[in-house]
Amino acid sequence: MHSWGKFVFTGMGLGLLIGITLSMAGIYRGMVDDAKVLLDNSGADLWVVQKDTLGPYAESSSLYDDVWRGIRGILGVERAANITYLTMQVGKQDGDVRAMVTGVTPGEPGTPGWPPYLVAGRQITRSHYEAVADIASGFKLGERIQVRRNQYTVVGLTRRMVSSNGDPMVFIPLKDAQEAQFLKDNDAIREQRRRTAENPAFNRPGVPGLLDAVIASLSTNPYVNAVLVRVETGHDPEEVAESIRRWKRLTVYTRSQMEEILVGKLIATSARQIFMFLVILSMVSSAIVAFIIYTLTLGKIREIAVLKLIGTKNSTIVGLIMQQSIALGLIGFVVGKISATLLMAPIFPKYVLLQPLDSVMGFIAVVMICVLSSIIAIRAALRVDPAEAIGG
Amino acid sequence: MTAKGIRIQGLKKRYGSGDTAVDALKTVDMHVAPGEVVGLIGPSGSGKTTLLKCLGAVIEPTAGKMILGDDVIYDDGWKVKDLRALRRDRIGFVFQAPYLIPFLDVTDNVALLPMLAGRPNAEARKRAIELFKALDVEHRAKAMPSQLSGGEQQRVAIARGLVNHPPVILADEPTAPLDSERALAVVRILNDMAKKFETAIIVVTHDEKIIPTFKRIYHIRDGITYEEEGEGRGFE
Repeated sequence: MHSWGKFVFTGMGLGLLIGITLSMAGIYRGMVDDAKVLLDNSGADLWVVQKDTLGPYAESSSLYDDVWRGIRGILGVERAANITYLTMQVGKQDGDVRAMVTGVTPGEPGTPGWPPYLVAGRQITRSHYEAVADIASGFKLGERIQVRRNQYTVVGLTRRMVSSNGDPMVFIPLKDAQEAQFLKDNDAIREQRRRTAENPAFNRPGVPGLLDAVIASLSTNPYVNAVLVRVETGHDPEEVAESIRRWKRLTVYTRSQMEEILVGKLIATSARQIFMFLVILSMVSSAIVAFIIYTLTLGKIREIAVLKLIGTKNSTIVGLIMQQSIALGLIGFVVGKISATLLMAPIFPKYVLLQPLDSVMGFIAVVMICVLSSIIAIRAALRVDPAEAIGG
Repeated sequence: MTAKGIRIQGLKKRYGSGDTAVDALKTVDMHVAPGEVVGLIGPSGSGKTTLLKCLGAVIEPTAGKMILGDDVIYDDGWKVKDLRALRRDRIGFVFQAPYLIPFLDVTDNVALLPMLAGRPNAEARKRAIELFKALDVEHRAKAMPSQLSGGEQQRVAIARGLVNHPPVILADEPTAPLDSERALAVVRILNDMAKKFETAIIVVTHDEKIIPTFKRIYHIRDGITYEEEGEGRGFE
């Protein structure tokens, strides 16, 4: 019974490691899913961004906020809407939450960039100081939140609207978002005005109104991060994108290109880190299985010698050790799957997407690891001399 | 004596060579008839274990002859190609400790041997159950080894030794961990089984409690065997 206890407890310990491994795979899947959800929920077919940038998610991108008008006129464009994204700390009464503040164009539900559905409340109807937040932010309907210097009332809640990093999104009117991106504090504005006024190039005695014009231009923000474009039914998004590239001299990404940027570039480093963790965890799991099976085998040297003495074939002994190893892996996998599903995924601060295919692959990997890990024990068992069964 | 059982003539075993050579067995002559239980006793280093290993076909003697049943299995060299099959089918072993496989139940522990010999599972289990009846452990057939007492485990180990109906059983200190009562019970069982299955049994022992029960004893000293009449007392 002592060996059984050790066996089962080792299986459970291994299970927690497998649980972490499955969760790591789930975290990667969650990141990919977050990225896809971000694209799906944007309601866009094309992303128009600053030329030669990977914006607006993977790199910063800046466009004049009137570019959308020209894009709207291009053949095949159904709708075009400005959008801004800014990941920042959003304050609330008892602390702050990291969120991706998204500035959306005034309009109606269905406008590119707007949250496609709400789980509570309503969409933004005013031009200022209203917000719709993802439920993962923890904000409540009617709650007052702070973005930079301004306060916003949460009027609606949505779900699964997250950035590619998993940060919940907070939608606010575009003008407010533009201000939030570029508005400086009062001291900085005063200092900027002073410096401008002291600059003889802008404060010429013979040019009245120049200084005021320069100061006015410095305090306005006519930029957005991207224009989201929805293509009319029947038009090829790639052809429309090519038209925009040719006529507007901007960079345009289709859905598949944007997905490649998000998955292949933005979360590539995280994916590599997770892959390394998976490799390390697999190695640790292998070492544990190998060690425990080897230890258990050494503890049964006399029994193995007896089995050999009474005529058991080596293949039968190898089979018994492998069975033991795979049984350990099975216990570990069951415990790991349960712990990943019921314990780790719900409490992990990122979206963990446990896919059945990953579980199947994990199971195959566990079995293979167990088989490979039993090799050391099998070598030890095969070296046992049946003569050891006889005598003291 | 019949020609069956086991007969050993002039068996020698030398370890090493040249100046470092050690003659563990110098001259061993033995014969044990079917249904007979003989004792093999001797001090430490006398060659008991080496002899048992030679008889068990796990090490090769240097010279001599071994006849098992009607077959010469060794005559200055093995005459049997598959020693594993020889051990499995024609030699039974009972050890100091039962050494049962902990994750197989009692029936599987015993049925394993006939299964390894290619017998159908049902037949192997039937043989095991028959032996359990004879050894009075039938009621523990489904138990795991850890659930048995020491005496019960040893009886299961005896069943394992007998299950392929071997012409000879080698019992290596089978009563060492047992008290007098249980030790005598085990020797009685061995005698009963020897008669019932016409098996020759060689019991290697130091156990003073059971030595008087043997009718015939082989002493081994410095690798040489000497035959002696035993007391052949009863088992009470």
